[in-house]
Amino acid sequence: MHIIENGNVAAALGVKLCRANVIAAYPITPQTPLTERLSEYVEAGEMKAEYIPVESEHSALAVCIAASSAGTRVSTATSANGLLYMHEQVQWAAGARLPIVMCVVNRAVGAPWNIWNDQQDSISQRDTGWIQMYCADHQQIIDTVIKAYWLAEKVSIPIMVCYDGYILSHTYMPFDVPDQEQVDAFLPPFRPDYALNPEDPANLNTVTLPDVRMDVHGELAHGYMEIRYLLQEEMRTTLAVAAEAEKRFTEIFGRGGDPYIEPYRCDDAEYVAVGLGSLTYQLRVCVDALRKEGINVGVMGVRFYRPFPDEAIANALKGKKGVIVFEKALSYGYEGALASDLKSALYEHLAYTGALPVVQNFIVGIGGRDIRTEELTQNLKAATQHRVSKEPAWIGLKL
Amino acid sequence: MQVKTTILSLPTEEFVHPGTRACAGCGLAIAYRVGLKALGKDTMLIVPPSCLTVLQGLFPVASTKLPCLNVTFASTAAAATGILAALKTQGNEHTTVAAWAGDGGTSDIGLQALSGAAERGDNFIYFCYDNEGYMNTGAQRSGTTPIGAVTANTPFKGKIQQKKDVPAIMAAHHLSYVAACSAAYPLDLYDKILKCKDMPGTKYFHIHIPCPPGWGYDPRYGIKIGRLAVETGYYDLYEIINGEFRLTAASEKLVEKRKLVPVREYFRAQSRFRILTDAQIADIQNQIDAKWAGYYKKDE
Repeated sequence: MHIIENGNVAAALGVKLCRANVIAAYPITPQTPLTERLSEYVEAGEMKAEYIPVESEHSALAVCIAASSAGTRVSTATSANGLLYMHEQVQWAAGARLPIVMCVVNRAVGAPWNIWNDQQDSISQRDTGWIQMYCADHQQIIDTVIKAYWLAEKVSIPIMVCYDGYILSHTYMPFDVPDQEQVDAFLPPFRPDYALNPEDPANLNTVTLPDVRMDVHGELAHGYMEIRYLLQEEMRTTLAVAAEAEKRFTEIFGRGGDPYIEPYRCDDAEYVAVGLGSLTYQLRVCVDALRKEGINVGVMGVRFYRPFPDEAIANALKGKKGVIVFEKALSYGYEGALASDLKSALYEHLAYTGALPVVQNFIVGIGGRDIRTEELTQNLKAATQHRVSKEPAWIGLKL
Repeated sequence: MQVKTTILSLPTEEFVHPGTRACAGCGLAIAYRVGLKALGKDTMLIVPPSCLTVLQGLFPVASTKLPCLNVTFASTAAAATGILAALKTQGNEHTTVAAWAGDGGTSDIGLQALSGAAERGDNFIYFCYDNEGYMNTGAQRSGTTPIGAVTANTPFKGKIQQKKDVPAIMAAHHLSYVAACSAAYPLDLYDKILKCKDMPGTKYFHIHIPCPPGWGYDPRYGIKIGRLAVETGYYDLYEIINGEFRLTAASEKLVEKRKLVPVREYFRAQSRFRILTDAQIADIQNQIDAKWAGYYKKDE
């Protein structure tokens, strides 16, 4: 069914269709309309779930961690400082291998206070062991939530579904809401290998030694390092599982594409702009304008950021003269995190060819600063002509 | 009237294996062993980092025969909420959910989550085992360390602030049941757990836990010191049922006796109070006497 709604509602509908049984959330702008909508579904009896209005984001994820450990499909959502306040629990959920799906409605982090959009919140959680998926429009939000539950439960790794605050969360757009039967066909009920149970007691997440240790039956059990190695190993194999998710999704819902990247006019492009989220759709307008001037540019959205699809990205950028990374976040003291990751992938996969694309990095829209398409176009154009700056260049800075 | 459990009628089934990693003479080992007997087999536990994490053993060996979720320091009560919510959606209304946290994990870092769960009225039992400091990390002060106690980070002057009254904070949440217990009176703890198990909402237990390394006494004197805390009127055993306060067990008997052991005996039995002066002890004695004058008056 096609409807016109905002991005938060798209996310809420996704969670509802996935039949999450326990929802816990703490209000923070711009996430609130999403969780308000979920509370409406629960109170109205449209969703068979427990909605827990917790007293903090730290507790929101605590509720999800515990409920997931007890064998229930869970949901939460947050933004900005709420996500930062969760940070300890974010790491815990990954270490405990719980398939939690959390929507992150991207917003700038304090200090100073700022409620507008950038992506510093989710980027700062890059190294926590969560899968991160970024959405560029409302259809992607609802579809990504559905894919995320399937994928998280398949690999026992939690997922952040990230979408831009206001630009997507509060704007209205038409999108298709799948039928419940389709979602049920795609997503089987959650059946974890182990859930807390008095009939089969186990002590979960207990103190684990640096080295392996024997259990009471004389079998060697993992040490902390083995457990963490497996998280890394299974994060990497998640890339293949994500392709399977995309294939299944496409078969059932009749839409889908590349699970990792979303290229636009890249095939014959000499220069490719790269970014995360809604910015990449804005960049399409710039690309179209520059193409009219005869400049061969394309744009590639990275939809899957962790695990990083390094090979897919390097293959897509092979033979290009330049790559221009536009980011709404950065690793302070160096450059945008995506730019660093991308350079690393290019070096890993293309250095042997002797032809590495030149990589440039632009920082845009920090704290909700307007990203003007004209300005974006001019900077993209400049980057195809010369090296704009050795350091990341900030677009629209008024110093 | 409720039948009082005796050492002979206490169930023999154990939920804590022998050979835990607790220190010799640990008061928590007694309270936990007896507490789990009262909670029974159909129970799920939540434990934040604390002495109990150590007591329960190192992966892959566990000393507890009940399912247990280890959680982050500040999230104990919220995790209880999560398990309850999961059980509810699974149609399970019989399993008891019980959280066991230390005094730092309760009165300091865990207070926000505990207050949140209590305000929501989530149906579980929260146990704060109070050994009056961060004993697991080497005996630093906590919110419930008493005034005058030397700790690893109040090394020379002792703690200068009062002990935080967590049961009173929890009582202010209008809970159906709040209890103050002691590891030195395990049967009082046992009977109180049985009594409140079917009461609605959050139930809060505060358990005084003598700690040989943290308090500075020979491990064999743990029960004696726990009892001295009660017999001196320094720490009281009580319950608050729907807002109604009443002393229990040995504390209740003290009201009849009208005679308290001087608190000096309690202080002088532990090295952590070595810096307390006679004047300070006299001051604390006066506060105890005033508190008990109130109990006597209520009894008249």
